[in-house]
Amino acid sequence: MKKIIYTLFAILISNPTHAALNVFACEPEWAALTQQLAGEQARIYTATTALQDPHRVEARPSLIAQARRANLVVCTGAELEMAWLPVVLRESGNTAVAAGSLGNFEAAEFVKMLEIPSRLNRADGDVHAGGNPHIQTDARNFLPIAEALSKRLIQLDAGNAAQYQQHLAAFTQQWRAAIVRWEKQAAPLKGLPVMVQHRGFPYLNNWLGLQQVAELEPKPGMEPSASHLGAVLAELQTHPAKVVIRAAYQDARPSEWIAQRAKISAVMLPYTVGGTPQATDLFTLFDDTIARLLAGLK
Amino acid sequence: MFNQKFLSVAVAALFVPFIHPAYAASDAEIQTLRNEVRQLAERINQTDAKTAAPAASANAFNPAVSLILGGTYAKLSRDPAIPATGFAMAANLGHPQGFNLGESELGISADIDPDYRGVATMALAPAGGITVENAFIQSSALGNGLNVKFGRFFSGLGYLNEQHAHAWDFVDQPLVYASLWNNQIGEDGVQLKWLAPTATFVELGAEVGRGRSFPATDTNRNGAGAAALFAHVADDIGIAHSWRAGASLYQTQRQNAQSLNVPDLLGTVGGVTNSFSGNSQTAGLDFVWKYSPNGNIRDKYVKLQGEFFQRKENGNLTYDTAAANVSDTYSNTQNGWYMQSVAQFMPHWRTGLRYDRMNAGRANVGAANLANVISNDAYNPTRTSWMLDYSPSEFSRLRLQVARDLTRQGQPDNQIFVQYLMSLGAHGAHQY
Repeated sequence: MKKIIYTLFAILISNPTHAALNVFACEPEWAALTQQLAGEQARIYTATTALQDPHRVEARPSLIAQARRANLVVCTGAELEMAWLPVVLRESGNTAVAAGSLGNFEAAEFVKMLEIPSRLNRADGDVHAGGNPHIQTDARNFLPIAEALSKRLIQLDAGNAAQYQQHLAAFTQQWRAAIVRWEKQAAPLKGLPVMVQHRGFPYLNNWLGLQQVAELEPKPGMEPSASHLGAVLAELQTHPAKVVIRAAYQDARPSEWIAQRAKISAVMLPYTVGGTPQATDLFTLFDDTIARLLAGLK
Repeated sequence: MFNQKFLSVAVAALFVPFIHPAYAASDAEIQTLRNEVRQLAERINQTDAKTAAPAASANAFNPAVSLILGGTYAKLSRDPAIPATGFAMAANLGHPQGFNLGESELGISADIDPDYRGVATMALAPAGGITVENAFIQSSALGNGLNVKFGRFFSGLGYLNEQHAHAWDFVDQPLVYASLWNNQIGEDGVQLKWLAPTATFVELGAEVGRGRSFPATDTNRNGAGAAALFAHVADDIGIAHSWRAGASLYQTQRQNAQSLNVPDLLGTVGGVTNSFSGNSQTAGLDFVWKYSPNGNIRDKYVKLQGEFFQRKENGNLTYDTAAANVSDTYSNTQNGWYMQSVAQFMPHWRTGLRYDRMNAGRANVGAANLANVISNDAYNPTRTSWMLDYSPSEFSRLRLQVARDLTRQGQPDNQIFVQYLMSLGAHGAHQY
């Protein structure tokens, strides 16, 4: 009897996969990056999809069960996941991935943050003290993050260091070449006046030189009301925009309402891997983002 | 790097007038430009400092503080003090009438050190005074999926029990919680939970404690006054569905548990006071299922939940402790359940429907009390509630609730509630 119990227990606690690392990625872009850098060495679980608002995810038991098995948690940080991740990590009882430990990686630590608020007040809506957390819309941000993430993978799994270094070198080279290509393709977008549904694109604007003239949300994170949309429409008379941009997870109606009346194009961007059928990995994510913006020009 | 580039461009711009005599500017103009550059440089330095290091001051380690402000207006057609038929010996918490400052709640929490986290929740009673709702230490330092809690906490049994009042989907708790758990069962003791390392969520938990709250009778002795066991299983189905199911057991020895104003067979006006001592065991089942298109809860979701509890009590009942004072055996099995569904049909707006039903059971009353104690009311209390709430933001909620309350035989009660719930300061993430 005792033997059976011990065997059962051993099965329960043994790692069910052969991969060296179990990775819990908060968002699809970090899952894709980890895939690039770790290859076969990692079994990756993605906590959210491109069609979910990453601010508003429930701390579902399934997430807690996955965090319990993880060696590494890869997230954006900068308070993007503050409504659910702290509970998930706490309830998981897994000290290896607790905040501040080696198994907890926050991408936002490695890039220059934009829109750091000068005052913190809930009356300003959903603002983040650490700056705007939507860092994944600037392709250049992936270079320092990849370097830091690769270092972390090596720290956690030194045995496969050579492979991680190889993966990083290959990724960096391909990514640098891709950035050159994207910047060339996106040249016509420079100075393009755009409207955004949610304040989610400062990094994209900063990278490609888009000029943001208005936001549809009255305050970040608040749904645009009919009267607010009317005011934005009136404002467009003096500050005309060419396109209105939204992320795949956002309700299409506000952008389409304004696009119809202002006779401009509404552009839905994948925002992260999986947001559109075309955005299947990190490279196609930016291919598709730029293609959609260029299509919006016509 | 950006700053340096910016500064050199700015400085170069300053010297442009000297290079090209055609653009020669007056001293005053140069002075203004210089001042502007200096101001810009200062501003850049300030921003950099802000990003580089957080303010190192004495209050930088202050814990997260949150304050919940809540209040209700209730229009009831019956006196809330009248107990549910057949449940006069259980807890009875009717909702107060009229304007009512709900429990405001002050919460403070922080990591104490790498191993421990402390949480305290103080309820500010409308009449004045503070009660300690929660005051516990939590630790995951044991690792391996183990989570320990000690101090005062809400028991992990059932689904709703751990949720704070501001997170309830209705103004009041389901009848089965009101009657069998006095709304919510808190414990002073220790809780140990273990999460299995499986892809499916499997959690086992055990609690021992003082037996501080109903149905336990807070015995002042060395042993534990109450114990609870619970298990939860949960998973997702695709990205749109998730569910959790649970079972729980609760056990306590009740000592001289007093029940006031209990109706009797003699029809004593105002009822009598009874006292019960004996074993009390409660078993429960709970489940919740949630659906949201694409799993995006921000826009729309539906949840369906239900719980069932059954309590067996077996011991000695003393009838009318003030006068007749007759003791004999007494045993009874009572149960109750509720089923509710809440839907967010558009961002900010939710509506919900709940049905409650209780079964008071048929008591086995000892011969000495056969003519005194009511053993069977042959009535099942029920209630139907509907609510609509509007949340302008994650931190505020306004709610309307109407209910048809048939918990008291022959006395239907039509109820209307209006409630506000506001959350100030740090607002921790909610549990599933």
